[in-house]
Amino acid sequence: MAYSEKVIEHAENPRNVGTLDKEDPNVGTGLVGAPACGDVMRLQIKVSDAGVIEDAKFKTFGCGSAIASSSLATEWLKGRTLDEASAIRNTDIVKELNLPPVKIHCSVLAEDAIKSAIEDFRKKQSAKRGA
Amino acid sequence: MSLKFPIYMDNHATTPMDPRVLETMLPYFTEHFGNAASRSHKFGWTAEEAVNYAREQVATLIGAEKPEEIVFTSGATESINLAIKGVAEFYRDKGNHIITTKIEHKAALDTCKRLEKEGYEVTYLDVGPEGVVSVDDVRAAITDKTILVSVMLANNEVGTVQPIKEIGALCKERGVIFHCDAVQGVGKTEFSVKDMGVDLASITAHKIYGPKGVGALYVRRARPRVRLTAQIDGGGHERGNRSGTLNVPGIVGFGKACEILTKEWREEAARIKGLRNRLKDRLFAELDECHINGAWDDARRLPNNLNVSFSYVEGEGLMMAIKDVAVSSGSACTSSSLEPSYVLRALGVEEELAHTSIRFGLGRFTTEEEVDYVGDLVVNKVKKLRDLSPLYEMAREGVNLKDIAWTAH
Repeated sequence: MAYSEKVIEHAENPRNVGTLDKEDPNVGTGLVGAPACGDVMRLQIKVSDAGVIEDAKFKTFGCGSAIASSSLATEWLKGRTLDEASAIRNTDIVKELNLPPVKIHCSVLAEDAIKSAIEDFRKKQSAKRGA
Repeated sequence: MSLKFPIYMDNHATTPMDPRVLETMLPYFTEHFGNAASRSHKFGWTAEEAVNYAREQVATLIGAEKPEEIVFTSGATESINLAIKGVAEFYRDKGNHIITTKIEHKAALDTCKRLEKEGYEVTYLDVGPEGVVSVDDVRAAITDKTILVSVMLANNEVGTVQPIKEIGALCKERGVIFHCDAVQGVGKTEFSVKDMGVDLASITAHKIYGPKGVGALYVRRARPRVRLTAQIDGGGHERGNRSGTLNVPGIVGFGKACEILTKEWREEAARIKGLRNRLKDRLFAELDECHINGAWDDARRLPNNLNVSFSYVEGEGLMMAIKDVAVSSGSACTSSSLEPSYVLRALGVEEELAHTSIRFGLGRFTTEEEVDYVGDLVVNKVKKLRDLSPLYEMAREGVNLKDIAWTAH
């Protein structure tokens, strides 16, 4: 199967690879997928007090399309509010990267990773307020 | 010599044709275009002569006693279908049980599955983590209903070589017909239908530097004489075993490819093994957590195969990172079915590791320079992808990946 140029570009030059401190109360971490299924994404966001995502990092175990989907997601997340980030759909990623049908699950995983990171952040915040 | 890209290291899938083979074939497309079945003129006689010469060349490579024991087909898939279905149908009155292994090629497995639907019983033997079937397991599976045992000479994914000689002796002792899919092993490891007691053997030209679209089925004619029910009806070519006008240029090329191997295979296998080991040594010296899939000793592995799992790096992701190098992977992502390799599963390779496997298949035209380039490239990209892998980071931090509640999807 041939890859789209955008997938190749992201896979060769992935953006925002790295790790944020998962203990930081302003950091939300999403870890989705499973090694047995061949893809795992960890996506992290750092959220300002004003509720804007000021940094996003990822690490992905997976095929080129999975790496590209998560790399693109981190690019899109930076500068967005949490509500705006929640509005990102896997279909947006499919369209941007020209993913073929067999790779749609990579985009679904990226959407799940975003949601999971936001949820983790919100949990931490409510725990902080509760304390 | 400078490197040419892309570099081909997928010689289990197919091989480039040897220029000597092409040269031998060319006159049979134009000048000597006759139909080998035309008995009434020179064109036909010339074609028939060429086919019979090729029959001898093929017979010699695999140790057949008579050239008449070679039936030409369109390729190994057809040969395997003809062997298994042909025996099953012909010996139906004798029994309905077939024994094979879980790591056979789909041409054999899917043929057996079809026969199961038609009322045959098939035993699919396990192989251990070494990827080699046990002769005792074959022995234990034979019943008085068993008509056929079908075991491959060497596996196409992990390159493991099966105990064909021992199985041949066992089948002879029990009066069961023995088919060997010798596609991957012939010309790379010891193979002789005579010495190994093989009754039927499938081979194909394009895996041994010959053309695509031509294969052969060896059918033993004495001690015992094996009978088949033909699967293609028509003009009664190939002694009624396989109708259809013979692919004369292809057969001529197949013959030449066999002749080259008869002369050169030992030397070639030793040279390729040296290169394969050089590649393996380079990878294992520079990278931690690499795992060979299947037996590694010379007796039980093809000299040109290296199947290795690079933990924490998904196979298709790695193939994309080394896209100037043609290899293949047991990762689910590479198959259209999204199922991981059934061969690695049969070896008991955990799914996590199956997803990280890469198959390197070296060949006649692989150079030392290519091996060094590929070795360095793979080392470099595996390191890069591990920096990108959350699993590698977690493993380094001491997290046991098995303790995590992963969300399967």
